[in-house]
Amino acid sequence: MTNLEANPVLQKLRGFAPEAIQDIQNFRGELTISIVARDLRRICEFLREAPGLSFRFLSDLTAVDHYPNEPRFEMVYHLFSIENSSRLSLKTQVGGTDPKVDSLVPVWPSANAFEREVFDLFGIRFEGHPDLRRILLPEDWEGHPLRKDYPTEGFR
Amino acid sequence: MPLTIEKMPGQEDRVILSMGPQHPATHGVLRLVLELEGETVRRALFDIGYLHTGFEKSFEAKTYTQCLTLTDRMDYLAPLSNNLGFCLAVEKLLDLEVPPRAQWIRVLLTELTRLQSHLVWLGSHAIDLGAMSMFLYCFREREDILHIFEMVSGQRMMTSYFRVGGVALEPPLGWLKRVDAFLRRFPERLEEYETLLTKNPIWRRRTVGIGKISAADGIAWGLSGPPLRASGVKWDVRKSDPYSSYDKFDFNIPTRPEGDVYARYLVRLDEMRESLKIVRQALEGMPEGRTIAKAPHTVLPDREAMKTSIEALIYHFKIVTEGFHPPVGEVYRTIESPRGELGFYIVSDGSPRPFRCHVRAPSFANLQALPKMIEGHLIADVVACIGSIDFILGEVDR
Repeated sequence: MTNLEANPVLQKLRGFAPEAIQDIQNFRGELTISIVARDLRRICEFLREAPGLSFRFLSDLTAVDHYPNEPRFEMVYHLFSIENSSRLSLKTQVGGTDPKVDSLVPVWPSANAFEREVFDLFGIRFEGHPDLRRILLPEDWEGHPLRKDYPTEGFR
Repeated sequence: MPLTIEKMPGQEDRVILSMGPQHPATHGVLRLVLELEGETVRRALFDIGYLHTGFEKSFEAKTYTQCLTLTDRMDYLAPLSNNLGFCLAVEKLLDLEVPPRAQWIRVLLTELTRLQSHLVWLGSHAIDLGAMSMFLYCFREREDILHIFEMVSGQRMMTSYFRVGGVALEPPLGWLKRVDAFLRRFPERLEEYETLLTKNPIWRRRTVGIGKISAADGIAWGLSGPPLRASGVKWDVRKSDPYSSYDKFDFNIPTRPEGDVYARYLVRLDEMRESLKIVRQALEGMPEGRTIAKAPHTVLPDREAMKTSIEALIYHFKIVTEGFHPPVGEVYRTIESPRGELGFYIVSDGSPRPFRCHVRAPSFANLQALPKMIEGHLIADVVACIGSIDFILGEVDR
């Protein structure tokens, strides 16, 4: 645990927004920080801009459905810093009734298609997304296939 | 109602053109909606999903071993890279060490995959821009590589040759000779390609200064792999986060500062040379030993052990009927596929099937930069830009 506390990313984040950090996981050398959804965009801007961190590359963005548990969804962001060759995973919880979370398109334009994919397959709304439409499925598709209560064979 | 662009007031003379999904130069089934002013593209939107097959949903219903065969079918030009990405993620989850021989075989085959993928790219990119003969030459050499794949795995394309813990089978005798023969023949062929294109004035007119993207824009739009390196960013997952013993191989990361279609072409050609270097090193330094890890709970036992030891037989039965149980946890592992950063995010709940498996497809992310590249260029250049990103729609749509 002492090892983890010395992690520069964690230290800087603690200094910036200590109240936003909910949980810290270290599994197989991967640091995952769970943060409060309200502070998501502010923290991401900090992680991108702060000297010594510069997570300028959003590697991946996706969601996990924990149905029937609440909060039902978990948003997962995998960040990468090309300068430091370091990775960081961010997580935030999203409730199951009217799921929505701040869009990160203002921070990383590349979040655009990834968020559309999550919207399409999980039905999570991204507030502030410039063009939130289905991306993989047809526009008139019913339901969100990657939700756990959506049967693998589809609705009959 | 299919996707379209609404014209702004005062711009009624502009034309909205739907390019694709059945267009020979869109490399699959990509549909672009272009707003044209004369022949110049003013705005572009992409419309994807024509090949969506719900791989990520299917993953959740299959055991880890069964999932492996799905990964081939995503990026169908680099099946072994996808196999490797998936295996590495599951191995990370299991904390499983892969024997050196298996690692070397994996490196050798994934670099050959990169070569054959770049050959298809070069051939189809050139034919899109009118250089017909390149296509035939590239497919000739690609066939040699596919023969090697067929020799080791029994399949030309959907190899599914890697397994969690190593590779499926000891490769047949004489396969290294075949690789060696290819390595002797290929550098000369690469020079031939260069004589056809690199200084060709028509080729240069079609590619130099076209589809420019800056390093900052590339990073912001999630570009990775050769297109980002052609904008001057020296980043390669094989170096920044080495896997499968890549840190023991000597190779360079080719970059170019220009960021145009021509730079992407040059970067990929240099990458092919680097891949040849890696394959040569893997061939000469190929260690002896096992080709799959000894992990009775995860890896199928040897046939001999299975027939003589009751314990091995029980493990065999358990793994085949039920699958193996990784610990609870989640991992994200990326590799450098021929197209860029390929990532697998796997969440395990301790059962033999992944609770969630998400694929960070490089083509999907790279496609986002396409409108940025083509806006302001002529409609003929759209084809050049599409070819220069080199995306695979199977992977975009998953």
